[in-house]
Amino acid sequence: MSEIADLSALPQEEREARENFLFNTKGFLSWALTLDHKRIGLMYLVGVMSAFFIAGMLALLIRLELMTPTNTYLSNAQYNQVFTLHGAIMVFLFIIPSVPAALGNFLVPVMLGAKDVAFPRLNLASFYLWVSGAIFFLAAMLFTGLDTGWTFYTPYSTTTQGPVVAATMGVFILGFSSIFTGLNFIVTINTMRPPGMEWFKMPLFLWATYATSIIQVLATPVLGITVLLLAAERILHIGIFDPAYNGDPVTYQHFFWFYSHPAVYIMILPGMGIISELMSVHSHKSIFGYRFVAYSSVAIALFGFLVWGHHMFTSGMANVTTIIFSALTFTVSIPSAIKVFNWLATMYKGTVQLNTAMCYALNFIFLFTIGGLTGLWLGALSTDRPLHDTYFVVAHFHYVMVGGTLVGFLGGVFHWWPKMTGKMFSETWGKVSCLLVFLGFNLTFLPQFVLGSRGMPRRYAQYVAEFQELHQMSSYGAFLLGFGLFVALGVFIHSLMAGKKAPPNPWGGATLEWQCTSPPPYYNFLEPPTVNDPYNYKPLVYRDGDRGWEYVHPEAPKVPQAEPEPAQS
Amino acid sequence: MSEHAASSDSNASGGHGHGFAHPMPVWQLLAVFFALIILTIATVYQATLDLGSMELVASLVIATIKASLVILFFMHMIHDKPLNAIFFLSSFIFVALFLGFTLMDAHGSGYQDKIELKVLDSQRAVAPADPSAEAGNEAPSDGEGGGEIT
Amino acid sequence: MSKAAVHGDGHDHDHPPFLAHHFDDPEQQYDSGKLGMWLFLVTEILFFSGMFCAYALYRSIHPEVWTFASQFLNSTLGAINTGVLLFSSLTMAWGVRCAQMRQRTGLIVSLAATLGCASIFLGVKAIEYTHKWELGLLPAGTYESQFLPAAVHHGISQWLYVLSAIPAVCVVGFGIWYAMTIVKGEKENSEVAGPLLVTALCYFVGVGLGLFLESGGEHSEDHGPGVHSEQHTDGHGQEHSGDAHEGEEGEPGHNDALEGKDGKHSVLPGDAKVVFVSTEADGMAPAHKPGAATDKEIDQRGGAGLFFSIYYCMTGVHAIHIIGGMIVLTWLLVRATRDHFNEQYFGPVDYVGLYWHIVDLIWIYLFPLLYLIK
Repeated sequence: MSEIADLSALPQEEREARENFLFNTKGFLSWALTLDHKRIGLMYLVGVMSAFFIAGMLALLIRLELMTPTNTYLSNAQYNQVFTLHGAIMVFLFIIPSVPAALGNFLVPVMLGAKDVAFPRLNLASFYLWVSGAIFFLAAMLFTGLDTGWTFYTPYSTTTQGPVVAATMGVFILGFSSIFTGLNFIVTINTMRPPGMEWFKMPLFLWATYATSIIQVLATPVLGITVLLLAAERILHIGIFDPAYNGDPVTYQHFFWFYSHPAVYIMILPGMGIISELMSVHSHKSIFGYRFVAYSSVAIALFGFLVWGHHMFTSGMANVTTIIFSALTFTVSIPSAIKVFNWLATMYKGTVQLNTAMCYALNFIFLFTIGGLTGLWLGALSTDRPLHDTYFVVAHFHYVMVGGTLVGFLGGVFHWWPKMTGKMFSETWGKVSCLLVFLGFNLTFLPQFVLGSRGMPRRYAQYVAEFQELHQMSSYGAFLLGFGLFVALGVFIHSLMAGKKAPPNPWGGATLEWQCTSPPPYYNFLEPPTVNDPYNYKPLVYRDGDRGWEYVHPEAPKVPQAEPEPAQS
Repeated sequence: MSEHAASSDSNASGGHGHGFAHPMPVWQLLAVFFALIILTIATVYQATLDLGSMELVASLVIATIKASLVILFFMHMIHDKPLNAIFFLSSFIFVALFLGFTLMDAHGSGYQDKIELKVLDSQRAVAPADPSAEAGNEAPSDGEGGGEIT
Repeated sequence: MSKAAVHGDGHDHDHPPFLAHHFDDPEQQYDSGKLGMWLFLVTEILFFSGMFCAYALYRSIHPEVWTFASQFLNSTLGAINTGVLLFSSLTMAWGVRCAQMRQRTGLIVSLAATLGCASIFLGVKAIEYTHKWELGLLPAGTYESQFLPAAVHHGISQWLYVLSAIPAVCVVGFGIWYAMTIVKGEKENSEVAGPLLVTALCYFVGVGLGLFLESGGEHSEDHGPGVHSEQHTDGHGQEHSGDAHEGEEGEPGHNDALEGKDGKHSVLPGDAKVVFVSTEADGMAPAHKPGAATDKEIDQRGGAGLFFSIYYCMTGVHAIHIIGGMIVLTWLLVRATRDHFNEQYFGPVDYVGLYWHIVDLIWIYLFPLLYLIK
């Protein structure tokens, strides 16, 4: 390849420094116009983390307001705007692009042993679409308050004064960004697998990404038309969703949830993919039930399209429809449970290393399981009626979105941080952050289950005084959670400034990304790498902290297989 | 790579001489086009017939035949990889899910029955002035309240 | 300068210039693009499915309203547009064939024909739209009852001039550009400018065609049988058409409306005793008992605005897709004149073709569903 400058004359170290994707070209434009999926992934990472920071601050503002039963810092109207933006920014700007666009962009081609995604320009375009969508949202936030909730339910959204059109245009653009990312990954995984990598030799993260991408491609266009019709409703009064013009607002909910329920799986599936990797790598044991985990990802993606009605049990749906949706809702628990059981079985008799990423993975399993199980209350008709629109729902989906996706995402970032930046991080402080996140999170949201079951409705700035203790617990938990996340941020920054150089394979992973240097060269692989079983750890041995894990050839003398030390910095 | 290059030179008019390209024969293109035109005329003609409730079915059947012709020949699905066809056709399953559940709910909920059509504002100015016309409006609309939903 | 230059545009010596660096061979590149395009078409289908869902929902709930409202669409124009789009599909498919066989001229001609058809389609559409806007056949929020005499058609709509501004500018611009390329003897550029000029002119062909048929077909098709049959029975049809002519002379609409209203009052008692929707006019009679709602009652009860909301959404989004398609086709045209396509690299033509056919395919469904309801 002529574009790869021949640096073979240089010493190995010098060559790696010159070729790694972070530094092979310099200057602002070399990043802004890059077609390299790894750089785009990193730009996404910075972008989604900034969005997360903004939305997280809004969350803390909400919790601060809820310290007292009366309005202290925010008026009712301001409170509505704050929770709307918290929800909308978190969902559209952070959770949905977090794992697929940031980690997925970085990992999918490297895990496949490909040079890039199938459509690099589309990939960059998708990033800039994300940025433009974010600008629309920020504009909506800065100019006048958006107060519809992130769901934009009609008829309120067609009558409120807020900047609904700007926000829906933001959603529309972000939807395109999401579609393009998904489309790119499907094509990449379908057509660019190296020789020897059959479907069932793919790492499970790729399976999860593939399933996610299918949802992105199938569901997101419906969101697009929904918000477009909503904007048309506001501008032209087309009346499709507006009872004033013979329309039907429940139709809006059907439209919206046809996307937004599958979108829940856009959020959680990649997180599950990360956990599948982390469990196996850090237990040094082949994943238990590979095919079941792989199939369950696809099953979740497909079942996800059958259950959207469970968001609308109290919206005036037909009785028969609620029963059908309720029954279908329970089917989703089957593949989810398959995954949890397989992860647990993977650890059984494995060599579990409790390093930061693994701690986050365990954290994920614990929190996600609670989130999933509380979902059963909400999927069952009789219990959903009283629990609908209470803090029980809030706690439930935060257990899945934060306890699941965010924790999984952080676990993934810790796991692949050495690969992305070439720097190790402080394991001790990483684990401290994990502990703080775990404690803070549970302190925030466990009380909310109690609040909800006692009848505290969501989306209120004021509440009766008897709920104050639980609300205060929740608020203190939120501050602790925020603090834990800042510790994690500190770990990353410290690692960038003073981290030790990372070996190519610090954890002993057998997937392809660990075969190239840390950070990878801009061309990933000179020639398609040899494809092994992605979960066969037998040929890997731990050398020492600087060299990490290396492959031994089968004929090489067997290194005494001592208990592997965790790779600590 | 090299065999593509070699094979692409070998044949100028056949369907299989272009490596991975499958040029459509001209007669096929024209035949499909004329079939589409004939079917368009058929659907316009069918609309003048009185088929009652079958009218919608008939027009959709004709439209689907036309769509299949376009997909199979103009869009080359007949020569395409099965995977592409599966992806494309499966999208209709999801459309069916979407429409199916939404329509089932709209018709089962009784919610829609309760939405009385809102009389146009501009009409309100006229209609009350004329009691007989108003009375004429009420009767059929009540009679249809049940009938149009089923 | 940057990564992009090094990474995206650098070419290997055994890589042909059209092969992106991260693909192994042209076939892999083609297959990837094709799969990507099919997936994009999947998103298009689901995108439109939202509007089809709204259509099915409201049609199934108020079938009589849809039958009533659909008569205001001119099915002759719809059928002509269907034919035009089908022909453009043919030329597009032909263009793909030409690209696959490296017939440069054939490809340019096919693309130009496709662009021209798209333009005719838009011209006809502009007539349909502006005609309806004049009649007050607007989305639900602004829909005006067809039984108010205010709904008078003014011949050529003011809106038509607005809509035609851009094509007119294009005619002038492309005309000048074409003349310049001829003078300067830039063959490649004139092969782009010529077809584009023809395309812009084709819009006016469509407008002319639409104007001719809309005025010719007005009485049979467009001024719904409801309006006319009723008024004819009361001998007020002439008065109504008289109004229309006065309107053309620029009499303010409000006076018209008031006079009309007075006229209407005298008409109304007649309505009650005569004119249920006649079978040959409306065709819905078999489904309804005698005594079913008249057009007027249907119109008054509301809901017709929803039909037009959905009509405008569906055809409007479809028209936006046509315009988007024309932009990509122009890009293809430029590349075709530069002879970029060959047996190994015809992907872009094929992908745009797929897109163009899906736009056609959606119209194949829109036509009977919107224009041919009885």
